[in-house]
Amino acid sequence: MKKRVITILCVLFWLIVWQLGAMALNQKILLVTPVEVVRRIAELAPKPDFWSSIAFSSGKILLGFAMGLAGGTGLALLSGKFSFARQLFSPLVSVLKSVPVASFTILALIWISSKDLSVLVSFLICVPIVYTNMLEGLDSLDPKLKTMAELFHIPPWRRFVGVYLSQLLPYFRSASGLAIGLCWKSGVAAEVIGIPNGSIGEKLYMSKVYLETADLFAWTLVIILVSRLCEEIFTAFVKLLVKRVERM
Amino acid sequence: MDIIASDISKSFGDNRVLSDFSRVFREGSITAVTGASGCGKSTLLSVLMGILAPDSGSVIRPERISAVFQENRLCENLTISANIRLVTGKRYSLSEISGELAVIGLAGCENKAVRELSGGMKRRTALLRALLAEYDALFLDEPFKGLDSETKRSVMEYCKRKIVGKTVIFVTHDREERDFMADEAIEMK
Repeated sequence: MKKRVITILCVLFWLIVWQLGAMALNQKILLVTPVEVVRRIAELAPKPDFWSSIAFSSGKILLGFAMGLAGGTGLALLSGKFSFARQLFSPLVSVLKSVPVASFTILALIWISSKDLSVLVSFLICVPIVYTNMLEGLDSLDPKLKTMAELFHIPPWRRFVGVYLSQLLPYFRSASGLAIGLCWKSGVAAEVIGIPNGSIGEKLYMSKVYLETADLFAWTLVIILVSRLCEEIFTAFVKLLVKRVERM
Repeated sequence: MDIIASDISKSFGDNRVLSDFSRVFREGSITAVTGASGCGKSTLLSVLMGILAPDSGSVIRPERISAVFQENRLCENLTISANIRLVTGKRYSLSEISGELAVIGLAGCENKAVRELSGGMKRRTALLRALLAEYDALFLDEPFKGLDSETKRSVMEYCKRKIVGKTVIFVTHDREERDFMADEAIEMK
């Protein structure tokens, strides 16, 4: 409780600094006040375009995230099982980790339409994170538990959930928690480059073109809030899954 | 069914741990394997329960076996009751498991994750898991390790009640455990 109060006070402190800074600067093109940002969101919120943009970007980014979770986990399982697959995927994962989002995006624009750009970029960002974490989890599986399961003749499904899934879920939880935030960042960045119609990225781009700094701040705050909401919902879901597995 | 060990030998590098070991463990008997540290007690138990292959010789054992391993081999992220149900399935209800846990001094701990337990609590969980499994032969590797003397006594009494009529081989270097639990003993050199 005390910690929460301190956090709120710290946030309030920085909001006041922002408010005073913007008032002192008195240049709306350079910096708007937090009050103006909230007012702008209140103006945007009743418009259907506001919600459809959020729905469009959320749908695309979360689709890429989900595909990345499946892809990263699948590749990790293959690498955990076959050392050849580990060697094969190693350079691919290194490339995915080190290539800048902008390079991916520009290259992807040549291949696919801009409306699907954030799906691909989110996917490419998510895969190496999930792959690396899940492979670490697979490598740290306790082989002695396998012997235990064999000795007690534990049936396959119970063995999968109790012995393997229970050891892997903590790795999946940390990977997905990290990946979902990065998917949002990179997905929106890709939209700003590709400018698909009706996306949050398009709104950010337009606010830059028309020097609507209040819109820029408002949409940034919306991105933070929606991304955080997605993270919270997904984390709660994984937590529930962990609890369910823990108690079997 | 008896457990029959015939001419078992096992070496690790140049270190010969078991040399032509033969013995019949009669059905329903409780045998203690004792001896100094490093004399091969745990190796013998591992070979007898089939998790370590001997260099030569053979073992005939029942199909359904249960064990407390030298290390607990519990699933750290599962709760105590989940670890037990992993092995027993739904043969025991959660309230029955809670009842058994209370007898060995783990009342109210059924929903605790194993990673949060002390060494002694983990040992008792591993023992209860082994005792509640379906088995014809039971292998125990220092099952009371890490328990204080009072707890050890009550757990040994509980264990003894549970294993009546079963073939049990257990490793110990504690004289009290051997005298209390075993019908017969093998001293390893």
